[in-house]
Amino acid sequence: MPDLKTAGPFIALIAIFLIGVLVNDAFLSTGNLSNILARSSFIGIVAIGATFVITAGGIDLSVGSMAAFISGCMILLMNSLLNTMDSILAIILLAILASIAIGAIAGLINGLLTTRARIEAFIVTLGTMGIYRSLVTYMADGGTLSLSFTIGDLYSEVYFGTLLGLPYPVWVFLGTAIVGYVILNMTVFGRHCFAVGSNESVARYSAIHVDRVRTATYVLQGICVSIATIIYVPRLGSASGQTGILWELEAIAAVIIGGTVLKGGYGRIWGTVVGALILTLIGNILNLTDAVSNYLNGAVQGIIVIVAVYLQRGAWRKN
Amino acid sequence: MNGASTDNDSVLLQADKLSKSFGDVEVLHDISLTLHAGEVRAILGENGAGKSTLVKILAGFEQPSNGQLLYQDWNGHTSSIKGWQAEEAEANGVVLIHQELNLADQLTVSENIFLGQELRRGLFLDKRLMDRKSAEYLDALRCKVDPHARVGDLSVSAKQLIEIARTRAKRARILIMDEPTAVLTRQESDVLYELIARLSAEGVAIVFISHKLEEIERIADSITILRDGRLVGNYAAEGLSREDMVSLMVGREIGDLFPAKRLPVSQAPSVLEVKDLQVRGTETSCSFSLQQGEILGFSGLVGSGRSALLETVVGLRTPTGNPPGTVAVFGQPVRIRNLEQARELGLAYLTKDRKGSGLLLEKGLAFNFSLFALEKFSHGVIDRKKEQDAFYKAVSNFDIRIKDTKLAAGSLSGGNQQKLLLAKVLEAEPRIIVIDEPTRGIDIGTKSQIYHFIAALAASGHSVVVISSDIVEIIGLCHRVAVMFHGRLTGIVEGEDINEEEIMAYATGLKDQQLSATDKLTATGAQ
Repeated sequence: MPDLKTAGPFIALIAIFLIGVLVNDAFLSTGNLSNILARSSFIGIVAIGATFVITAGGIDLSVGSMAAFISGCMILLMNSLLNTMDSILAIILLAILASIAIGAIAGLINGLLTTRARIEAFIVTLGTMGIYRSLVTYMADGGTLSLSFTIGDLYSEVYFGTLLGLPYPVWVFLGTAIVGYVILNMTVFGRHCFAVGSNESVARYSAIHVDRVRTATYVLQGICVSIATIIYVPRLGSASGQTGILWELEAIAAVIIGGTVLKGGYGRIWGTVVGALILTLIGNILNLTDAVSNYLNGAVQGIIVIVAVYLQRGAWRKN
Repeated sequence: MNGASTDNDSVLLQADKLSKSFGDVEVLHDISLTLHAGEVRAILGENGAGKSTLVKILAGFEQPSNGQLLYQDWNGHTSSIKGWQAEEAEANGVVLIHQELNLADQLTVSENIFLGQELRRGLFLDKRLMDRKSAEYLDALRCKVDPHARVGDLSVSAKQLIEIARTRAKRARILIMDEPTAVLTRQESDVLYELIARLSAEGVAIVFISHKLEEIERIADSITILRDGRLVGNYAAEGLSREDMVSLMVGREIGDLFPAKRLPVSQAPSVLEVKDLQVRGTETSCSFSLQQGEILGFSGLVGSGRSALLETVVGLRTPTGNPPGTVAVFGQPVRIRNLEQARELGLAYLTKDRKGSGLLLEKGLAFNFSLFALEKFSHGVIDRKKEQDAFYKAVSNFDIRIKDTKLAAGSLSGGNQQKLLLAKVLEAEPRIIVIDEPTRGIDIGTKSQIYHFIAALAASGHSVVVISSDIVEIIGLCHRVAVMFHGRLTGIVEGEDINEEEIMAYATGLKDQQLSATDKLTATGAQ
């Protein structure tokens, strides 16, 4: 079965879904299903960016902190614009633009530090992870930054509104995944990501600008984080030092479950999407059943990651 | 060189009809040889003849599929075994120095020399004794390396000498070396030859693989020649000329291998002019030019700076010096900063490191094929159909023999990999192609095919630079030959002067044209 590796995550998703159906009748309710999809959007969108970074042989640990930092910046910006601008819609649009700019710049910083300063990505992003986390705590003065209600009322539509019965975040998730798939699998840049992650030296001798490709993946990651943040902020209307905690690990877990190889050279966007859905499903099912404590959510996710990689390795060897 | 030891007649190790198969492929067939104490035996054969596999079996790193080994233990008893493990071989004094050096870069010289056989005093390491002994061993090799230096900071030749010093820490009675002088300078090689003479006089048997006929002539007592995994014969070195060695090794007239040379017309324009280009890490600058339709060879010993020079020309390395010299492509002065720019100018570079820098071994064939010329297949998104069509065309044009197009590049034979690499680079339609070691590690049939590809390229108006350590290849293929020694271009020979003696004279620094002006090069060539 040569396609076991490709099909594996999908089979797992279906299996877990069936477990959900068996566990509780409420699982199949429209409310629950759309909730699962909406919740998986945040990690899913971040993980799509992570798929690029990891495929090109990098790693980004800063995404969770970056999300918190961007949330904080957006809220502060919107609250302060409220004094000078009348149109709330314009304020929100400005904040969205700012969010994307901050995400792109934050990613660029990660990228330039790894490629130009030649510091390992793990170390660079470990550093920026601490920096962004502490910056948002500082901005909130140790507490919570809350979005003004005047803005929150309109902005909350982005999270709670629906199109064709599906919440907006799900559409954003789908759109990001499609764009991500096209870039990774159908463009020259995507091919270069595979080549750089597979063997940097071969990439260099194939006239590929290795540093440029690597940096671009971090910028894409930053933009994905900002997209996730844009749909996340209206959900709670606040940001604190606790926002986006452990997102980086969940995103990496989603990428790995989806079949992307951690050491680089091979990545799959749809696998990542499925990985994010699997992670959210597990949490949801544990909430709906008494058989396993909800507190063991992390343990079950951990087991899934390890088993997924074990199965992938087995399939590797067979080929 | 005669070992003066009294027990010269005692047989230390005997290989009896050894065969070795990897899967269905038999790489060694019925090889027999006998090693006497104090003997210096050369193993000679083309790439892929099975030399490395043979010495690995002798030293226990591979097990034979058939045949046996007879060895004498320290007590003088002879036993017969069906292959052995490396530990067992080493315990009986059989030590192999691999072609790929096995040193721990982060450890010091002395730690490496005693790695796995550390000297102790009580519970603790006796560092002082190990340092002193290391210094002793290195001294014998006239290697001026500090035993405390970190190995990763040393040159390749120093590392080779440390590998040799390491065997002194072991009780070696048979020392086997896989191309020991490939990375050594002439002076360092001379010291090694002296050491070999001394060991041989002490009764140690030496087996070494070498491609340098001159070296074999100089130090070997006996020669084992392999061809395509079979034993051509075991010969006494005396009375065997270099020509004999070559024809026994190749098994046919060399003339068959190469297409007839078609010299470019003398008025053909110069397509590449390199003037006073200074390679980073060398103090000298190099100048040469390349004509349209020409095959220009770059010869020299390993480490003489050929790849570094050409990598600087195509923008893979930045030149040094102020000014850093000039490069003109098709008459236009350019400063090539990266390979992409070189490609746009019609210049391509084929690496000698096929597995490390040439192909993505775990990726598919078409993926590898299109990687260098990818933009050609893309209008925003990649046109898969166009890519596949081009790939199939290349498979037939370059005679890449594959059963399944979905295979990973790493599963191809060396020859097919080289053809794929050639197809990959030529897909960008370069006008000037630099090929570094075009036939390293591939079989003779494919070699000949590649020579014909190169000749056909030149005949169709492309210009080719061939860097090669294989002097036969350089002589058979190239219209002119530039020779380098220690980072400097010591001479350019052409016509009748393209012969081994002349090239070696420049490659070893005996001759030096001291040329600096490009016009002088193109005007007269060797004098």
